[in-house]
Amino acid sequence: MSPEMGRGKAGMKKEPREIGYLPFEVIKKKITLPSKERMEKGGVAIIECVEGIPCDPCVESCNSEAIIKEGLTSLPRVDYEKCTGCALCVDSCPGLAIFIVDCSREDKALVYIPYEMLPAPQKGDRGDVLDRAGKKIGSAEVTKVRKGKRGTTVLGILVEKDLAMDARAIKIPESSNG
Amino acid sequence: MKNDLRIENHPILDFKRGKKITFQFEGKQVEGYENESIAAALFASGVKVFSHSKRFNNPTGWFCGIGKCCSCLMRVDGIPNVRTCVVPVREGMQVERQGQRATLPSHAEIDVEREEIDVQVLIIGGGPAGLGAGITAGQLGLSTVIIDENHNYGGQLIKQTHKFFGSKEEYAGLRGFEISDIMYGEFMEAGGVYLNETSAVGYYGKKNNKHIYIAYQRREDGYTLLEISAKYIVVTTGAFENYLSFPGNYLPGVYGAGGVQTLMNVYGIRPGKKALIVGAGNIGLIVGYQLLQAGVEVKALIDALPKIGGYLVHASKLKRLGVPIYTSHTIKNARGKESVEGATIVELDKNMNPVKGTEKDFEVDLILIAVGLSASNKILSQIGCKNTYVKEMGAWLPIHNEYMETTIEGIYLAGDAGGIAEASTAMLEGKLAGAAIAEKEGCDRDKIETVKKTVFGELSQIRESEFLRTIEKGKKRCHRKWEEVKQA
Repeated sequence: MSPEMGRGKAGMKKEPREIGYLPFEVIKKKITLPSKERMEKGGVAIIECVEGIPCDPCVESCNSEAIIKEGLTSLPRVDYEKCTGCALCVDSCPGLAIFIVDCSREDKALVYIPYEMLPAPQKGDRGDVLDRAGKKIGSAEVTKVRKGKRGTTVLGILVEKDLAMDARAIKIPESSNG
Repeated sequence: MKNDLRIENHPILDFKRGKKITFQFEGKQVEGYENESIAAALFASGVKVFSHSKRFNNPTGWFCGIGKCCSCLMRVDGIPNVRTCVVPVREGMQVERQGQRATLPSHAEIDVEREEIDVQVLIIGGGPAGLGAGITAGQLGLSTVIIDENHNYGGQLIKQTHKFFGSKEEYAGLRGFEISDIMYGEFMEAGGVYLNETSAVGYYGKKNNKHIYIAYQRREDGYTLLEISAKYIVVTTGAFENYLSFPGNYLPGVYGAGGVQTLMNVYGIRPGKKALIVGAGNIGLIVGYQLLQAGVEVKALIDALPKIGGYLVHASKLKRLGVPIYTSHTIKNARGKESVEGATIVELDKNMNPVKGTEKDFEVDLILIAVGLSASNKILSQIGCKNTYVKEMGAWLPIHNEYMETTIEGIYLAGDAGGIAEASTAMLEGKLAGAAIAEKEGCDRDKIETVKKTVFGELSQIRESEFLRTIEKGKKRCHRKWEEVKQA
């Protein structure tokens, strides 16, 4: 049994700060997500940052002025029409909380995630896809590797289309260390 | 034999080790690297027991790793009570455990060199606050000296491998160790003098209208006593790690989270194989992620409170890599003979009482204590600065005004020494102290005003965050108290 299912009152949902992450149901309520049509047009930034952290490198990183913060502690907002899905913000975020979701392909979704672990991934590596709770939800191929700012690597991983909004990490087996 | 405790590959850091150093530990030859602390070199060579407890003779290890807790005291070249975590290894050094209590050497050669230093601003502590103060004071035309007991520059910034929040003014988006390099460069550029391996001893009153402060510096050929005359002193001595009571807490393997950071991120030494982290504040969460980067398995992260104390973005990084986070849980005990072999946690009810039958066992060799920090500011008490209880910050803190001046004229503070916050606040408070001193010295008014405006703007923006609002209240209490003291 995972800890977050815990011994709380039956049927009572625990808050994000009790379980240590943002479940997708909460994200949907806290963030205005891009429309289905926009997602199918191409990559778009999803910023999973809801606590008003005094921080703004994402705003600075964006060449399209698509990320807006009214004040240092206000929540970042993405203008999904301006966002080009370039992923420069992914490695700029100190909280590693920005992901790019691209649903423009027929069969699969391409998700860009920040990666700071070993083994150093290579194009073509395969690994387990994990959701926000660390649960294995499928497997994926690494199709893009960009050594980003300050040692953070941005990985493009190809996942089943229905996992686009859940795939948030990849575990690459030790043996595929290039 | 290949020593598997030293980290060879790391996703963020590139460990450039200096030349090999050979020294003696209780008659055995031990190898370390240049610029490695004695404690780090011993740990890497397999020494875990640093001492034995005074009452029950239990084996104990190091704890804080930054020279504040005294768990790592040993006899070095005949001198007892040397903090092995801050003193670097040197060729041919003789190191030995000193038993439960140190004894004085039968004869000590007290023949130290003595030097006098005359400077406008003395800064005690070369972390983000001290460097911030030094950069600003230097840029505004004042002469500055920083003394710091570590051999590395930048205080605890050097072990921070995560990227910092904040905005450009506080070097946001850069990793801590990069910020210490930049700030050190800016400080030197502004004409500052940074004396490392220099420990503060005490304040000796005023002479010719200047404060007299005594320090000593470790040099290759021995110790040098420094008599520093300064018109202003800025105390930026940071903080120390809180401890936690539970059965078995003395065992080697129970370490402060910050000490573990130093060991793995500064010296590139793997602290253990499997870890349990106690405390889900930002430090526990960040260090948990850094353990994964260093190849340590994190079995669980627990917190006694029903909710994590740190940011969700930090917790999320651990969760999505499969690390369990147990809120409303505490550590029941640590077990092991000579060092940690396992730990038991237990759930807490809403009155913080353990719930029977909810125990979970973990096979771990590492227990990280990340239950908060306390301000390190005894230096200010020794100088004679008045303290007050600040309930918002849960601590007795030195009274200071909004320009960081304490109750004694010319004595300033900045950073965690004045109440626990975070590194961005420390840098900004340091800059503020530097600007306030420059104002008293009649430096360029326009430049001073610019610094003050920027710093106050940044500080108030940072403190708008709901996590830092209590700090704002606590600081206001300190400022009100300062007015009261000055009027009395």
